[in-house]
Amino acid sequence: MNDLANALATDLDKTFPTVVETMGRQLFWGLRRICGDHQEAEDLTQETFIRAYRALDGYEPERIRAMDLRPWLWTIAMNLGRNHLRDQSRRPTYVEMTDAGTEDPELMDGAAWDRRLSVLNDHQRKAVVLRHVVGLGIVEISDITGRPEGTVKADVHRGLARLRETIEEET
Amino acid sequence: MNIEDQLQQLTGDLPHGLTEGVALGTGLAEGYDFYESALGQVIVTFNPEGVSSVDIADGFEDRYLERLGRVLIRAEAPTAWRRHIPEAIERGTPGKLPVDLRSVTAFQEKVLHTTATIPKGEVRPYGWVAYEVESPRAVRAVGSAVARNPIPLIIPCHRVVRSDGHIGNYSLGGPHNKIDLLEHEGAMPRLLEDLAARHIRVRGNPADRIYCLPTCSRIRGASELIDFRSTAAAEQAGYVACEFCRPHG
Repeated sequence: MNDLANALATDLDKTFPTVVETMGRQLFWGLRRICGDHQEAEDLTQETFIRAYRALDGYEPERIRAMDLRPWLWTIAMNLGRNHLRDQSRRPTYVEMTDAGTEDPELMDGAAWDRRLSVLNDHQRKAVVLRHVVGLGIVEISDITGRPEGTVKADVHRGLARLRETIEEET
Repeated sequence: MNIEDQLQQLTGDLPHGLTEGVALGTGLAEGYDFYESALGQVIVTFNPEGVSSVDIADGFEDRYLERLGRVLIRAEAPTAWRRHIPEAIERGTPGKLPVDLRSVTAFQEKVLHTTATIPKGEVRPYGWVAYEVESPRAVRAVGSAVARNPIPLIIPCHRVVRSDGHIGNYSLGGPHNKIDLLEHEGAMPRLLEDLAARHIRVRGNPADRIYCLPTCSRIRGASELIDFRSTAAAEQAGYVACEFCRPHG
């Protein structure tokens, strides 16, 4: 993790694509599970990285070196409002040249989990996904969401309990 | 399997096109797309700042890498100004289309903005552009700025010609393309060469006693024209300079 921050501080343009490769998967699937929509999650992921790049471009190397990139990216992602869509009209859009399917293969029964997660309230869903799908710690989630650690813990706990109930009701 | 372990597996691959979308959105890569022009198909490159280059397809990538050196991705231009691209190519001026001239110097940018004001169907000598950018002696610097125009057709460098009658070189496939384009726009390149061979620089209309550059739209329909070898000769004959084509220098 620190190696990546070091490389970013040394050569932002050359290293940034590696950040996308390394952290994009987790960011996208976390957002995908939180918002429940593939296209919206893709837009949000792209927007997060673009804003991250612009921010890093203005930072001193020492500041970049000291950064913990993963929670920082999540903080950007969680702060994106709906107005981010306005900026998209000012950007070139990629044209898919291959016939690759647009829907990614989802492990497990992805659709069923989207339905289960949609039962949770926003705070619980964010907390559960960040803790167990993305794998962030309680302190990091507290920083990202701006909610006290105790509250985050309770959100995760109640969210998991609610998911268990939902699964039981299915059978 | 407990619920925590199942949640952990709710991820998949990075979606297709995400890496490319980020590269295009940050400007780390530029997009390119194909457009029709009077010279046939051309390739237009763009980034969030605007259109950055126009070139013919043959050998495009090598020239692009040498000049701009960024990663290229097949893409569609931003929706905010996508529709202005064909219009800008057709009219030969950016209009509402944003252009990205960060690859040239401040002086070259000034020259290119001035070049973009030359109307379709008309031409101006290099000296005229030099005069307009308030560097009347920098004719050669103007020449190299025009030669390095990264956005030909949209910034109409083909409308800048030598005052000695040579149409001059053209980066987009060679001088024959410049002549073709000028003919297509009705700028009469053969007449220009003929006038230059006879050392004629400006032409006056005896009806209003105003003198113009030979392609100025003001003298297009004139029934009679008097030829002059210099602006001084026209002034001496009692003619006044046209305020549209500003035949100075």
